[in-house]
Amino acid sequence: MPSASSTPTEGTVPAEGTVPVKGTAGGTRRRRRGAPRTWLAALPLIAFTGLCFGLPLGALLYGAVTRTDPGTGATALTGEHLSRSLQGPYLGSLVGSVQLSALTALIASVLGVLIAQAVVTSRSQALRNAVLTASGVLANFGGVPLAFAFIATVGISGVVTQLADLGSLGWNLYSFTGLAVVYLYFLIPLMVLVILPALDGLRPQWREAAQNAGAGGWQYWRHVGIPVLAPSLLGGFVLLFGSAFAAHATAAALVGGSVPLVTLKIADALSGNVLVGQENVALALGLDMILIAGLVMAVYLPLQRRSARWLR
Amino acid sequence: MAAMTPTAREAAPKPGTDDADTAPPAARRRTRRRPRVWRGVVLGLGGAYFLIPLIASFVFTVHTPGQGISFEAYTALLAADGFTESLLLSLGLAAATIVLALLLAVPALVAVRLGAPRLRPVVEVMCMLPLVVPPIALVTGISTVLRWGPDHLSRTPLYQTFLAVQNESFPFVLVLAYTVMALPFVYRSLDAGLRAVDVPTLVEAARNCGAGWPYVLFRVILPNLRSSLAGAAFLTLALVLGEFTIASLLGFRPFAVWIVSISGAHARMSVAVSLLSLVITWLLLLALSRAGTAPTSTPGSARSPRISRTSPKES
Repeated sequence: MPSASSTPTEGTVPAEGTVPVKGTAGGTRRRRRGAPRTWLAALPLIAFTGLCFGLPLGALLYGAVTRTDPGTGATALTGEHLSRSLQGPYLGSLVGSVQLSALTALIASVLGVLIAQAVVTSRSQALRNAVLTASGVLANFGGVPLAFAFIATVGISGVVTQLADLGSLGWNLYSFTGLAVVYLYFLIPLMVLVILPALDGLRPQWREAAQNAGAGGWQYWRHVGIPVLAPSLLGGFVLLFGSAFAAHATAAALVGGSVPLVTLKIADALSGNVLVGQENVALALGLDMILIAGLVMAVYLPLQRRSARWLR
Repeated sequence: MAAMTPTAREAAPKPGTDDADTAPPAARRRTRRRPRVWRGVVLGLGGAYFLIPLIASFVFTVHTPGQGISFEAYTALLAADGFTESLLLSLGLAAATIVLALLLAVPALVAVRLGAPRLRPVVEVMCMLPLVVPPIALVTGISTVLRWGPDHLSRTPLYQTFLAVQNESFPFVLVLAYTVMALPFVYRSLDAGLRAVDVPTLVEAARNCGAGWPYVLFRVILPNLRSSLAGAAFLTLALVLGEFTIASLLGFRPFAVWIVSISGAHARMSVAVSLLSLVITWLLLLALSRAGTAPTSTPGSARSPRISRTSPKES
């Protein structure tokens, strides 16, 4: 009997009755089925990274720690490539890369935050759009075109070099300092892109609450703004460090071999040399780079999770 | 982001008018006047640093000391050997990379927000790891893997895949490599966008109103993500157009590699092309950003955040 009475009510109330009933009933069932289905949606990404990223990485790792005898074809485990990659000029290039990346990432983080904060506080939509588009382009204006632009500007016969007579001031584009100035050109916009959403996440209410509690501007930043932003700031710094560390084309076009950088050494070993074992030193150097960047990343990921707590 | 600003602005005047009448206006006037100075200085210096190389490069391309002004570096460009081919190749690679990266990342990120929070660290690490691996290390790995083709797999059908992927006219292996490199940027952009909207509440609200999954995805979630989707596409496009290391070391010839190949003989033209590549990227980004942001002002996206804001209070 109850079943007989319930079916007519479902049937007689057409639009308003059936839709919620169907929605709730189907909802629980679908949610139960939805759990494995949502998991499946992440599967292509995982499969893709495994194939296109994990496989080359595995090949790199394998090549870095093994040596194949060209005569017999036998493969043996060896630490020879890794230890060679941490000696002499190879070690120098690693240190040079780390120094350059850390310095430029630090400067670019500070300047990028200043620019982003200027854009956020100005509340001008036109300025914001202009800066965002410009940053989007300039952040990836790395590589060869950037090197050419700076050669034309402050190179030996560059326009600004001629106008301001930079040569007599001791300016040299093809040096550590010159390279740092060039790197800032794509690192600062990158920082702006990264930090702008985080600065947007700082609620005006927090500032007003601090002001109502009697805090000055500096106190607000010291106790509210910077602690909330800190994980995003560090995240941005890591991103910049990674970009500067990995940059190859700019340095290759600009300084050739005069500044020791690990990317230049790898490209040399990959393309130029046919010596037996050289290519595996390139793989070992690549592994060194990954380890250094991975170390920084291990600091960054837990921090990133903390930032999510505030800037939601 | 679009969901946040109205709340902030609506709420902002309230505490000032309610709590204290004297203190906040004075404080606000002080803070408002001071930033204007440093803002001008910061934006001015930043503008100078970013504009001077561009202007100087342009002067370099059109002005030869002692000979006056000539636009030959630009006029000779279109006729230059390989210019259009390499540019079209780069644009095609960029389009394929954007499509592939978004197809992979959007479902995964939405799914992680909705029903599989335990997968979240996995997806995050997978997307951010390529940041740790520099392109030059990736290309050493890729070339090692590609060498397996002729070495070990020449009798298997997999060998054909290896060949097809390295097709000279459209090297799909570059699309795969670029997608890997673009994933961190796509992830960051989408994650920021997803953080700004309350996806589970939005989906629940839409589902309670009887919407099917495709409707939820295309009419509720994606419109809210429009600006971050556009941002992800920008970054990917610019990345692919400027990429040099992987393409050159694998022996292909997209735009950036072509520029280097002419730089030795024509210094002026290489700077001209560098500038032009920047302008082309800029124009594409402008077109894309218009496509990405214009529909945000339509009522459709304004309606959805309101749903997300009211429903938690009622339930």
